[in-house]
Amino acid sequence: MGLPNASEDLSAEMEVDAFRRLFPLRYFERHLSESIRPDARPLGRARDTTISLGAVASADGSALAKIGSTTMLAAIKMEVMTPSLESPDEGCVSIDFHMPPICSPIVRPGRPAEAAPVVAKQLSDTILSSGMINLKELSLVSGKAAWMAYLDIYCLDADGALFDAALLSAVAAFSHLQIPVVSLDYDGKIVMVTEEQKEENLENQPVNKDKRKLTLSSIPFSLTCILHKNYILADPTAEEESIMETLVTLVLDSSCQLVSLYKPGGPVLAYTSAVQDCIALTRQRVKELQDILDEAISGMEID
Amino acid sequence: MEIDRADGRNPNQLRPPACSLNVLHRAHGSASWSQGDTKVLAAVYGPKAGTKKNENPEKACIEVIWKPKTGQIGKAEKEFEMILKRTLQSICILTINPNTTTSIIIQVVHDDGALLPCAINAACAALVDAGIPMKHLAVAICCCLAESGYVLLDPTKLEEQKMKAFAYLVFPNSILSVLPEGSSLVQGEPMDHGIITSVTHGAMSVDDYFHCLERGRAASAKLSDFLRSLPSQLPGDISKAV
Repeated sequence: MGLPNASEDLSAEMEVDAFRRLFPLRYFERHLSESIRPDARPLGRARDTTISLGAVASADGSALAKIGSTTMLAAIKMEVMTPSLESPDEGCVSIDFHMPPICSPIVRPGRPAEAAPVVAKQLSDTILSSGMINLKELSLVSGKAAWMAYLDIYCLDADGALFDAALLSAVAAFSHLQIPVVSLDYDGKIVMVTEEQKEENLENQPVNKDKRKLTLSSIPFSLTCILHKNYILADPTAEEESIMETLVTLVLDSSCQLVSLYKPGGPVLAYTSAVQDCIALTRQRVKELQDILDEAISGMEID
Repeated sequence: MEIDRADGRNPNQLRPPACSLNVLHRAHGSASWSQGDTKVLAAVYGPKAGTKKNENPEKACIEVIWKPKTGQIGKAEKEFEMILKRTLQSICILTINPNTTTSIIIQVVHDDGALLPCAINAACAALVDAGIPMKHLAVAICCCLAESGYVLLDPTKLEEQKMKAFAYLVFPNSILSVLPEGSSLVQGEPMDHGIITSVTHGAMSVDDYFHCLERGRAASAKLSDFLRSLPSQLPGDISKAV
């Protein structure tokens, strides 16, 4: 970047690919001044998003979410545990986020990715503080047994906006979740009810016959934006994230409450007007994502 | 709108900050920062030669190591490390010492609420003590939002747990040099109104967030005056009620 003027002169005679690699910032700014991005998106447009539910057959709930080529696989496993003394009639949700080496060239095998624990922490903060899941619904027998939901999210392809895709896959997995049927045996222990037993119609009544689905209230959706000079770029790719470093992640729930506004540093300062523009973009995106999720769920019900 | 706080402060009142610079002799720069019972020790080593892997060698690299009061470092501490690193990267001038690493070690002495803001202020003071080139200082503040919608500043641990939402906000401190009229305004706002870092917990309405921002900005001005008074004082204990 030492010779900003040199790049100006060279741009006319250099090949586009070479120019992109040598002067990435100039390359992007040239596009931005024309209100377009190198992948032909307008600045405020997110990439194509798809959700497919039930991607993992062995899990109790699962979903595969794709935003552009960023791919996240989320799976939920339910286990029975004894609730803690402080909250005897509440279940628990444990969230983990994994970045295996296949997801990105930056992640090396054997060394855990730096971003993974941070995204995991952000996810569990967001999901728990949004109040999407009523932990009381995860209770089976007050003080004796409750559900522990293990949510694991695997990043299969890290191409920017990791948190957005991870949150979307987590929300989709929770809406796909089917809680297994359990019953009390003679010793007062919780046992799983298998398919055959259901037909045998045994005397042990299932504990949670009519509570097989969670009611999700105020579902959170997020949008990551890049702030660069006066431009706001929605849903950045990994390349954009590495060149322009100021990221803002907003999470709004379906009733437009602000669940999180996360801006970890970055060379560009966020002023009130920029924050308001980001919120407007996120509002739009929440509607889009809500429709995509509803469509995926209704598609499931037809099958 | 009268709110009782356990320690008798009014909602806009911060706990008096206290800071001493150069408390560690082996470190290149160090500071201890306390707000009420929350106390954090920060040490700076560097710039040392070479950058870590996956870092840009054309710029100075900043490394943050967070040491909790007890126990192992967990996910929460990893997140604090990342937020601190990105925040400090944005206030340091990284092009002056390319291909070097500056380590900032944060030791939590006691946590009584507003831990991350306290650590950011401590790190900032330690960087000043070490003479690392910076664009401006960062002023961090914690705003809490109660169920009924009123805002408390600089909560204690107990208050933090009772509140429905809180926000950690970091602002740049205002530049004192003489500037031509209007040049310090960015998009019609003074430069020190920009947000460097914002981390929120809990759901709140958008209006409540802007309300928090406003209150945070007002209080950060006082805190930034306190930070500015630090380097001019002799090493030793300086304490002043804000």
